[in-house]
Amino acid sequence: MAALYGQLLIGLINGAFYALLSLGLAVIFGMLNIINFAHGAFYMMGAFCAWFLLHRFGLNYWWALALCPLIMGLFGALIERTLLRWISSLDHIYGLLLTFGLALIIQGVFLNEFGSSGMPYGIPHALSGGRNLGFMFLPNYRAWVIGFSIVVCFATWFGIERTRWGAYLRAATENPELVRAFGINVPRMITLTYGFGVALAALAGVMAAPIDQVRPLMGADFIIVVFAVVVVGGMGSIAGSILAGFALGVIEGLTKYFYPEASSTIVFVVMALVLLARPAGLFGRTA
Amino acid sequence: MSPALGRAKPRLPRLANWSGGLGFALMALALAVLPLTNLVYPYFIMEALCFALFACAFNLLIGYAGLLSFGHAMFLGTGGYLCAQAATAWGLPAGLALSTGTAAAALLGLVVGLLSVRRQGIYFAMITLALAQMVYFFFLQAPFTHGEDGIQGVPQGLLFGLFDLSNQTTLYYATLVVFLAGFLFIVRVIDSPFGEVLKGVRENESRMISLGYKVDRYKLLAFVLSAALAGLAGALKAIVTQSASLTDAHWTTSGDVVLMTLVGGMGTIYGPVVGAFVIVAMQQYLAQFGQWVTVIQGLVFVACVLLFRRGIVGEVARWLRL
Repeated sequence: MAALYGQLLIGLINGAFYALLSLGLAVIFGMLNIINFAHGAFYMMGAFCAWFLLHRFGLNYWWALALCPLIMGLFGALIERTLLRWISSLDHIYGLLLTFGLALIIQGVFLNEFGSSGMPYGIPHALSGGRNLGFMFLPNYRAWVIGFSIVVCFATWFGIERTRWGAYLRAATENPELVRAFGINVPRMITLTYGFGVALAALAGVMAAPIDQVRPLMGADFIIVVFAVVVVGGMGSIAGSILAGFALGVIEGLTKYFYPEASSTIVFVVMALVLLARPAGLFGRTA
Repeated sequence: MSPALGRAKPRLPRLANWSGGLGFALMALALAVLPLTNLVYPYFIMEALCFALFACAFNLLIGYAGLLSFGHAMFLGTGGYLCAQAATAWGLPAGLALSTGTAAAALLGLVVGLLSVRRQGIYFAMITLALAQMVYFFFLQAPFTHGEDGIQGVPQGLLFGLFDLSNQTTLYYATLVVFLAGFLFIVRVIDSPFGEVLKGVRENESRMISLGYKVDRYKLLAFVLSAALAGLAGALKAIVTQSASLTDAHWTTSGDVVLMTLVGGMGTIYGPVVGAFVIVAMQQYLAQFGQWVTVIQGLVFVACVLLFRRGIVGEVARWLRL
């Protein structure tokens, strides 16, 4: 039984990362109508940012948790202003191609600098160790990752669905011209939204650094699974992407216990089944 | 699909008029003479021809049906693995091995197409990418593919019992003939009434539905055709390189074929061929720079999207006002 609970825990952890990353993709998609292929590269950069802060500036995990999303958010905003804005009037496919090119550049540069092997990043002192729950051993850091990502996901959902700024954002998604006519600076909103989505990816990267190793390709294959999660959740839905992220993480964990051979493909199989039953995804509206 | 992706003008079938036929004849002649000049290794041209056929198959979807498949490597990989398996383990002659690879890719295309043509645009891209990753994991784990090692030492044998493919010259011209046949087939499809319907779907899907076309069936057939031709390219590559490996099924190869088509010109018939030669040459000559090739490819991607969306052939055609 301990093995089952262990796999469930790993599933929840993976689910937390799926949720954070697919949430960022959903936020960006809602506003810019592009699929951010560079999301995995930004996730990786978040982890490297934490590593740099620790080894170059001596700033620990908690500083990284606050600073990396900020730095990467600014970087994302810069990319939106300099590159993505150029092609905003074109077919959305070009956004995908452009961000795919960006991902190749970023990952290539990091591979040249650091090689493909990973660098360790220690678990912060306050969260080392763990506790015995009676039926299983729960490492403190993993409990923190699950708890904190739920808080971040809920806060993002609340901010978009329940606040005045979120209402502006949703309105600008539906009809940007009309919202501009009301005196709201929509282009700035687009920049901030993209920056926020990138910041979410970087935050996930910082949280992943002590679990995974800090390595240039940590986001490359991971992001394809996240795409499948996004398809399952339905692109239009913030809540859908969060729930699908956690659910698919758990399903993946269960598969690792009951039928390990299928663990790397189960998310894609679920995606295929969902597409057969509901082409718009579980929570999506038919586009 | 917005008009940005395609610039089709109503015109005569391209190979029926004299200039179209001349263009094709020039390309065939150039490719037939190229290995005699000793300027480039025939092996390099053969590999480029395989990728050119692959890119033409991909272009049938993106250029004429407006569907961006981001998982086309799964068909190249399937064609390659099944052809290699047929020739090596089952002992089939080259012609049958090529057919096996093509048929397997077509079958996979049918399954993937049934799932994916129900969504458009970037959804379609994401779904095909995810399904391709699934196929990749299948090849990684299936015993017959030998995992990371791949299938090595594929026998080339006799094609149709007549042509000995282990002879370099025979292999070259056999590859060229398969490529040209595949190319002609694609052009014929594009110029057929079926192709006209596809272009209609690309330009305005709702309108085609209102005209009574069952657009999903047209898109599915286009997808299966494209998958089969990509499979043929993969099978041909397995015969040429005498191996099948995981690289062909990896998502980086899917990215490569998108780049080839984008560089050459989406929605132009010669564009993918030009793009394939450019990218294969780039990978060949820049191989010494290691990972910088990836960076350069990324830069080319960004530059093409921002500045040269028509691609090489598209830009040249615009200057010449063709």
